[in-house]
Amino acid sequence: MHPSPLDQSSAAASGSARAPQDALDAWVREVVAWHFDPASGCPFWLEYAKTAGWDPRREIKRFADLERFGQFEDEWLRGGPVQRWIPKALAGRPVFVFETGGTTGVPKTRVAVEDFRIDYELFSGTLPDQYFPKGSNWLMLGPSGPRRLRLSVEHLAQYRGGICFCVDLDPRWVIKLIKKGWADHLQAYKDHVIDQAVTILQAGHDVRCMFTTPKLLEALALRLESMGTTIRQAGITGIFSGGTEFTPQWNRFAHEELLDGAYMTPTYGNTLMGLAASAPSGPHNNYKITYYAPQPRAVIEVVDFDHPVKLVDYGQTGRVKLTTLTKEFFMPGFLERDEGEREPACDRYPWDGVSGVRPYRGFAATTTVGVY
Amino acid sequence: MLHLPVLRWGQPYTSIDVDQVVHFATGEPIAKVSRANGGLIQRDIRKAQRARDVLREIPIDELIARAGAAGELYMNATLPMGDGTQTPDEFVRAQSATTGLPERMCRANMKKNAFVLAEMRRILASLTRGLAFDVLSSGHGEERGVPISFQAQSPVVGLVLPSNSPGVHTLWLPVIPLQVGLVLKPGPQEPWTPYRMTEAFCQAGVPREAISIYPGEGDVGAAVLDSCGRNLIFGGTATVDRYRGNPRVQAHGPGFSKILLGDDQVDRWEQYLDVMVDSVFLNSGRSCINCSGIWASRHTREIADAMARRLAEVRPLPPDHPDASLAAFTVPGVADSISQAIDADVQAPGVTDVTAKYRDGARVVKQGRADYLLPTVVHCASPDAAIAKKEYMFPFVTIVECPEAKMLDEIGPTLVCSAVTCKPEFRRSLLDAIHIDRLNLGPVPTTQLNWLQPHEGNLIDFLFRARAFQTAEL
Repeated sequence: MHPSPLDQSSAAASGSARAPQDALDAWVREVVAWHFDPASGCPFWLEYAKTAGWDPRREIKRFADLERFGQFEDEWLRGGPVQRWIPKALAGRPVFVFETGGTTGVPKTRVAVEDFRIDYELFSGTLPDQYFPKGSNWLMLGPSGPRRLRLSVEHLAQYRGGICFCVDLDPRWVIKLIKKGWADHLQAYKDHVIDQAVTILQAGHDVRCMFTTPKLLEALALRLESMGTTIRQAGITGIFSGGTEFTPQWNRFAHEELLDGAYMTPTYGNTLMGLAASAPSGPHNNYKITYYAPQPRAVIEVVDFDHPVKLVDYGQTGRVKLTTLTKEFFMPGFLERDEGEREPACDRYPWDGVSGVRPYRGFAATTTVGVY
Repeated sequence: MLHLPVLRWGQPYTSIDVDQVVHFATGEPIAKVSRANGGLIQRDIRKAQRARDVLREIPIDELIARAGAAGELYMNATLPMGDGTQTPDEFVRAQSATTGLPERMCRANMKKNAFVLAEMRRILASLTRGLAFDVLSSGHGEERGVPISFQAQSPVVGLVLPSNSPGVHTLWLPVIPLQVGLVLKPGPQEPWTPYRMTEAFCQAGVPREAISIYPGEGDVGAAVLDSCGRNLIFGGTATVDRYRGNPRVQAHGPGFSKILLGDDQVDRWEQYLDVMVDSVFLNSGRSCINCSGIWASRHTREIADAMARRLAEVRPLPPDHPDASLAAFTVPGVADSISQAIDADVQAPGVTDVTAKYRDGARVVKQGRADYLLPTVVHCASPDAAIAKKEYMFPFVTIVECPEAKMLDEIGPTLVCSAVTCKPEFRRSLLDAIHIDRLNLGPVPTTQLNWLQPHEGNLIDFLFRARAFQTAEL
């Protein structure tokens, strides 16, 4: 359906140890050439090149050269006009806009034409057919709204020959309920969401696959248990889920006590990146979760907290730095709100990964101290 | 190093997530503690009724006896602590090392807990106002020829416990003898008492299925509160405000406890100086029952000066020193931020840090990783000063000048009020003041508790509901 990026990834995953790096460098040159070509680039980057005093198309030869852009500013994605991010070569195509954040203030936005579909088609290749049978139906139980998740999961289901049922959860409202201390409303909203999910699972739609968040998975499993059944008995064989709550301990808890044998794989992603899949995780590695970005379309680095141009050593902790490299969106050197440990390549993903992903300590520091 | 597992109805569970509890001064790891996740609790709570069922198989009279035996074990025995054991002395050293409380205060708190366990029969008889205990077990009975019924509102009580004051554990010790199970979330620096007390109960014959312990972070506390029908939580003013009016949660926070000197007694204030100093200073000022405000219509500057001179002698001492009386702040930055807040408040007109002139150096004393705040006495010429009604977790008191006639309108919520007055009309007003919880008439230290009386609400009323009940022959 979208051969170019898929081919890139496949090429990167095979061949010599050097091949992934060569493929990445070649893709960097192609993406930079595209975004800084006055005929195809977007207004934001063309304007950037005018004032930068250097020509990215001439000077960026490999991934490491992207350091010249410095740190990608969070604020560049907040506010409009959003059209400044649309590459000229895509003019006239239907454009989606997706948001991330937005609990308070103006959310970050990313435009997309096909990227979300491509990302999830790539991700589809990581799902075992045994647990995510082709042609089976899906349940998308989680945030829709301005996020790309709903459309992406729905596309994933369709790409695999199924139909996707969707139940929405508005996380911005949930955060407001928590901040207001409206525990009863919070519980009622959670019940409302789970009620809809249970109704769909009991309606004879042969739903076998599911995306959901860890909290909703817990709530669904507990509800089903109280009804005398389980996730697996309700027909679900494969689940993918994600978020910083998806810790090894939670992974183990879910496998041992919630899933009743259903398969679940963790993912790490957001509107800006795409979807990072996990290396196999289970009792054999104490449920450790290591994510690998969908290179070359996105690259995750784990960098020094104080010097974000410097990679930390393998096994050491640093901040997650994201570079997104697609024909629709170029975002070099964005410091995520997460930290983790740098992990070496594995058989399935011959490039660096990140484990132990959790909120970046600089933002996560609690202000509630010294009370009872 | 000791490892403390999650206890799921008595069954140990080792989590992949482990927190280290460290020595407050050196940073040396003292224990590893398995960290629960919220889902564990939500799942386990389905078996909560089992906790009450196994306890109801044992008569309350017998559970009271076992509580007494548990008190002996808690005080004197070497008891299992996670994957190791702890003698009473090791327990005290560990508690002091992670909380910053001097060892002698840890011992004093142990005695409080043991006293409550030893006196359980009298305490329950007082709290139930002489109710026959089997009425609580069976749910109904008869009293003075009238049918009565008391219904447990939850098979278990959830407790989100603090790290700073091991004395608060006295509040939940009567729960097990009342045949109600426990779901404990220990304070991050004080896992010791919940684990030791659980072992003491179990060795004394309380079924292990009656108690769960879930160490962890905020999500664990939230899951406990979410899951249990009745809960006690300890926190700051924000926590108390958040749960105000929630029948499932009894929130314990700052006490804003006070001493009021009536106009008929204030000229004899020197006679009450010891009571005032003890009320402020005992337990290093950490308790909600410590006095944080002394109110009088005159002599306030002399009172503040005398208090400041007495308290200015206090210095941090090593935690194992027999005279150590000042607890350390173990969370970095807290002492500095409290001190800065006080410094900002004393800039207001009519407000004076009276201790400043008796102190050599700053209010904050830094020793290794630990910070200490030296006792602080602030004089307020009027109740309007912002600092007049503040409370901090160290020996801190404001001496507030206020006409007697305005005191009750101005003092605000007060957990313990010791009112030194013989004037009948003032005593009457004090008895009627609904913003005062514990009332002492006379020179009683605010820290002096009568354990036979309720504290911030009667536990029996919180756990059981009195209701109508009738039967007819079939």
